Amino acid sequence: MTDTVSPASSPDSAASSALSPSLSLPRSGRSFPAMNDDTAFFWEGTKAHQLLIQRCDSCGRLRHPPGPACPHCHSFEWNTVVAAGTGTLYSFVVQRHPTAPAFDGPAVIVLVELDEGVRVISNVAIDPDTLVIGERLEVGFIDQDEGFTVTEFHRPA
Amino acid sequence: MTGKAAIVGIGATEFSKNSGRSELRLAIECITAALADAGIAPEEVNGLLTLTMDNNGVGSVARSLGIQSVSFFAEIPGGGGGGCGTVALAAAAIEAGLADVVVCYRAMNERSQERFGLPSATYGGGGLATSAAIDRSWHAPYGLSTPASTIGMTARRYMHEYGARSEDFGRVSVASRRHAATNPKAWFYGKPITLEDHQASRMIVDPLHLLDCCQESDGGVAIVVVSAERARASARASGSRSGVLIAGAAQGMGPEPVLMSNYYRDVITTTQETGIAARQLWQQSGLSAADIDVAILYDHFTPAVLMQLEALGFCGVGEAPDFIRDGAIEIDGRLPVNTHGGQLGEAYIHGFNGIAEAVRQLRGTAVNQVKDTRNVVVTSGSHVPTSALVLSRL
Repeated sequence: MTDTVSPASSPDSAASSALSPSLSLPRSGRSFPAMNDDTAFFWEGTKAHQLLIQRCDSCGRLRHPPGPACPHCHSFEWNTVVAAGTGTLYSFVVQRHPTAPAFDGPAVIVLVELDEGVRVISNVAIDPDTLVIGERLEVGFIDQDEGFTVTEFHRPA
Repeated sequence: MTGKAAIVGIGATEFSKNSGRSELRLAIECITAALADAGIAPEEVNGLLTLTMDNNGVGSVARSLGIQSVSFFAEIPGGGGGGCGTVALAAAAIEAGLADVVVCYRAMNERSQERFGLPSATYGGGGLATSAAIDRSWHAPYGLSTPASTIGMTARRYMHEYGARSEDFGRVSVASRRHAATNPKAWFYGKPITLEDHQASRMIVDPLHLLDCCQESDGGVAIVVVSAERARASARASGSRSGVLIAGAAQGMGPEPVLMSNYYRDVITTTQETGIAARQLWQQSGLSAADIDVAILYDHFTPAVLMQLEALGFCGVGEAPDFIRDGAIEIDGRLPVNTHGGQLGEAYIHGFNGIAEAVRQLRGTAVNQVKDTRNVVVTSGSHVPTSALVLSRL
């Protein structure tokens, strides 16, 4: 796990070098996430550079976004599992106009289906013209100046 | 909910980018116009309905109209998904005997005062941890905070699963702008576009171009609902056909809703909420998609119109691009859609202007009139908890 931006934005990546100034992933200025007793674990996890998924203690099903009760068996008992951090690109958009808060240029926003089966929203610093739905991605983390940590995804080394 | 209530009045302000007056004034203007259209005095109104996103509370509206006694009032949660829901609730209230004359309204300075498409750094909350703020927090830190980006994610997956192309979205925009071009009330009156214009328009949220996105508008629209019995009596007395039957009215919310996104359900490329409303409409009215002459489909973004055509049963899932390719949704096509120009072409009033267009089509007074219109389906915003209507001749 790394707290730097993704390897794909490194200078030796031809595709991204042309776009790298605008594709750098922000370390401050992002919308501060609201949290409550059902969801704070997720943000504590990212701060420790772990991607945590809520798991029902009763039926064992995973769920994201997290919530107070299992929508399948209605148990209030839950725990968390550490995700492997790998998954596939399910969909993506490029927020161009207006620019997203904290982003200097286009924000490449991805919906990733984790290998555990749940989906999460994140960013990539990859030239969107090269993104292919279904391609493999793995998680990284970017600590924010405001004291919380977000995920990013990049192509596996 | 089967043919017991009717729409007898519609009213609107002009549609602009800067109304130059208060939102409450817009509300009172459109309500007054709708009541005049219905031939009903403001003092007779005893039901008021709007959306929680409307900034004009029912109390302020009642006070400004001089109504002394209101027996039924409510707000449908949210914005675009609720327009038809206000009419559904009005019909239910009338059938239940809770009110006699119900006004549904939506008035806003969305362009000049509060633009919904602007990303905000405080979108994710950070303050009070409401369920909405918690929901937004899974997206907002990553820059996913506008309606366009939220629907864009679904649109990209739709393109992937069904081979849809940007041009397929563009045909929706071309049809709407063709209709708006001959509607003097439309913001884009006299300004049709080509598919080439659509393709050349700048990217807002790739894969959505500017011309895939509805307008931002200032304006207000109001709808007056009474019992079908009263509407028929009034029609007999006046000899007019201004009343329109509410043949079906329903809401719909699908599994695992998260704001405008449904990214966490198994399939994200359908709008199940529209489908849930549609099944009720067909059951209540005894009609099916084959009986519909005109469709008013919520066009916040063009891909949503394709997915609603599928959810309503006009074509199969993934087939909408082929369904519309030959101009089927244009005024001279098999199923004219958004004959007023829609929110892409006429104005963005959270779909209330579309309900008014459905009434005009059934009255025979639309500027782009479809001959012998007998049944019109109207939808509210897709991909959110939504609502829909089937309106028929009285």
